[in-house]
Amino acid sequence: MILVPCPHCGPRNASEFRYLGEERARPDPVAATPPEWRQYLYRRTNPAGWTTETWHHSSGCRAFLTVERHTVTNEIRSCTVAGAHT
Amino acid sequence: MKARFPQRFSAWGLVRHGLTGDDWPKVWRSPELRRSYDVVIIGAGVHGLATAYYLAARHGITNVAVVDRGYVGGGGSGRNTAILRSNYLTPEGVAFYDRSLQLYRNLSSELNFNVMFSRRGHLTLAHNDSSLRTMRWRAEVNKVAGIDSEVIGPDEIKRLVPMMDTSDRTRYPILGALYHPPGGIIRHDAVVWGYARAADSFGVHIHQNTEVTGIDVDVSGGTTGRVRGVQTARGPISAPVVVNCTAGWASLISAMAGVGLPIITHPLQAAVTEPVKMFLDPVVVSGTLHVYVSQTDRGELVFGASVDPFASYSMRSSLEFLEELAGHVLQLMPSLATMRVLRQWAGLCDMTPDYSPIIGVTPVEGFLVDVGWGTYGFKAGPAAGEAVASLIGTGRVPELVAGFDLARFDDGRLVGEKGAAAVGH
Ligand SMILES: Cc1cc2nc3c(=O)[nH]c(=O)nc-3n(C[C@H](O)[C@H](O)[C@H](O)COP(=O)(O)OP(=O)(O)OC[C@H]3O[C@@H](n4cnc5c(N)ncnc54)[C@H](O)[C@@H]3O)c2cc1C
Ligand SMILES: [Zn+2]
Repeated sequence: MILVPCPHCGPRNASEFRYLGEERARPDPVAATPPEWRQYLYRRTNPAGWTTETWHHSSGCRAFLTVERHTVTNEIRSCTVAGAHT
Repeated sequence: MKARFPQRFSAWGLVRHGLTGDDWPKVWRSPELRRSYDVVIIGAGVHGLATAYYLAARHGITNVAVVDRGYVGGGGSGRNTAILRSNYLTPEGVAFYDRSLQLYRNLSSELNFNVMFSRRGHLTLAHNDSSLRTMRWRAEVNKVAGIDSEVIGPDEIKRLVPMMDTSDRTRYPILGALYHPPGGIIRHDAVVWGYARAADSFGVHIHQNTEVTGIDVDVSGGTTGRVRGVQTARGPISAPVVVNCTAGWASLISAMAGVGLPIITHPLQAAVTEPVKMFLDPVVVSGTLHVYVSQTDRGELVFGASVDPFASYSMRSSLEFLEELAGHVLQLMPSLATMRVLRQWAGLCDMTPDYSPIIGVTPVEGFLVDVGWGTYGFKAGPAAGEAVASLIGTGRVPELVAGFDLARFDDGRLVGEKGAAAVGH
C-alpha cells in the first residue's frame, strides 16, 4: 500500500490511518437547506489527480492530518497537521 | 428482434471447424467511426454492452456506438470475481437483482454464446449475533419476494463445505450462515464478449481505443442544458442521447457534462490460486473476516475482500492485501495452507453512500447514467442494460429501477444495501 509521512510519527503504513475523504466546505448548518446539506454529505469531486484530503492517525499519534495526494499514482506531496495553518 | 450472426456457434460448427481448420469469423467488427449516432454509450463493459444489445434487440434502435478508451471488458467487467446472487436487503434491491439473475439464466441461449453460468449456492457466514440478525432480516425480506434464502446452522454449513472449520475453537467461531441456493458464478469475459457479439450482429458499432475527452452540452435553452454529443480522441461525435457506463471513472465523465455524483472511487483487489480438483461447491463469504472464496469450473480458487480503504484510481495490487487475505482464508479453511497463488490484480469500484446504483436521468437532458456499481455490479449488467434501454426506447423510467434515481441523494431517499453488499459482492 502506501506510506503516509505523519509530521509526528514519520512515514507510517496507511493501514494505521483512517481515511476521511476529500476536503470540502461545510455549509452553515443553520442556513443550509436539506438538499444543500445532503449535497455536502454525499457529493464528491472524486478527481483523478492531485487532491487535498483529511486522514486521521488513529493507530498512531491520533492527529488529524491534511494530506495532498495524487489519486492515480498515490504519491503524497505534503502532510501537515490539520488546521495548523489557519 | 433476433440477432443475425454471420455464423452461429453450435456443436456441429465446432466439429466442422475442427475437421476443416477454417477460420472462425471475427466475434465483432471494427467499423468506421461515424460522425453521428442516435445513442452514444461510454464504456464497453457489461453495462454499456448490455444496454446496446437490449436497445437493438428489444427496441430496434441500432444506430448506436459503444466507445471505450481501452478494450472491451478492460474495466471492472474483466476484473471481477463473477459472483451472482439476489439475496439483498431492501425490497428494491432484491427485485432488481433477481431480474438480473433471471436474465443471466437464459443468457447463453439468448446470445448464442456459452456464458458458463454455474449455480453453486451462496453462503454468507455470521460470526457474531449482530450479523446473524442481519442474515435473518435478509432471509425474511428475500422470502417475501419469493427468493430462495434461509439461515442455516454450523452443522448444515459443515455438510455443504466439509473443509470449513466450524468448531468453536477459532477466533471468530461460525454461528450460522445465510444460504442462497440460486447464487453462483459465471464466466465474466464470456458475458461481455457475448453481449458485444450480439450487439454487433444488429449493427451496433463498438469503438475500442476511443477515449471520451469532453461532453457537449447546449445550455442556450434550459438552465442545465441538453446533451449534443461527445468529444473523443478520434474526433467529435454528435448524439441526442449519451449514456455514462464508466463505473470507476463515472465521476470524471459526469463532470464533463457538469453533473456531480455522490461517488467515491475505491480500488478492489482479488487473487486466484493454481487449479486443483473440485472440492468447494458454494460461494463462501465472511463479512467479519473481509474475505470471500469460490472455486471456478477450472478448479482455481478465486478470493476477494473489501475495497482498499481510501479513494484511488490506481490499479496496482499489494502484498499487504495478499497477506491479510491469506490469513483470513486460513481461519476459515486451514487445509488450504499449501495452495499457491497464481495471480492478483485490482479494479476500480464506484462506491455510493447507500451501496445502491444510480440509474436514469440527470439534470442534463439526454445525458443518462448507469453507474454506482461499486463492488457488486457485474451481476446487475443484464437488468440494468434492459432498464436503460427501456428508458431510451420508451422515454419512461422502468418501475424496477425508479428507486435508484440520482435525485434520491438530494431528497434523502437512500436505498441502504450496506448490510448486504459491503463484502459479499
Ligand atoms: C476485484 C473485483 C471483484 C468484483 N467482484 C464482483 C462480483 O463478484 N460480483 C459482482 O456483481 N460485481 C463484482 N465487481 C464489480 C463489477 O466488476 C463492476 O460493478 C462492473 O463490472 C461494472 O461494469 P461496467 O460495465 O459498469 O463498468 P466497467 O466494466 O468498469 O467498464 C467501464 C469502462 O469505461 C471505460 N472508460 C473509462 N473512462 C473512459 C473514457 N474517458 N472514455 C471512454 N471510455 C472510458 C473503461 O475503459 C472501461 O472499459 C467486482 C469488481 C472488482 C474490481
Ligand atoms: Zn502520527
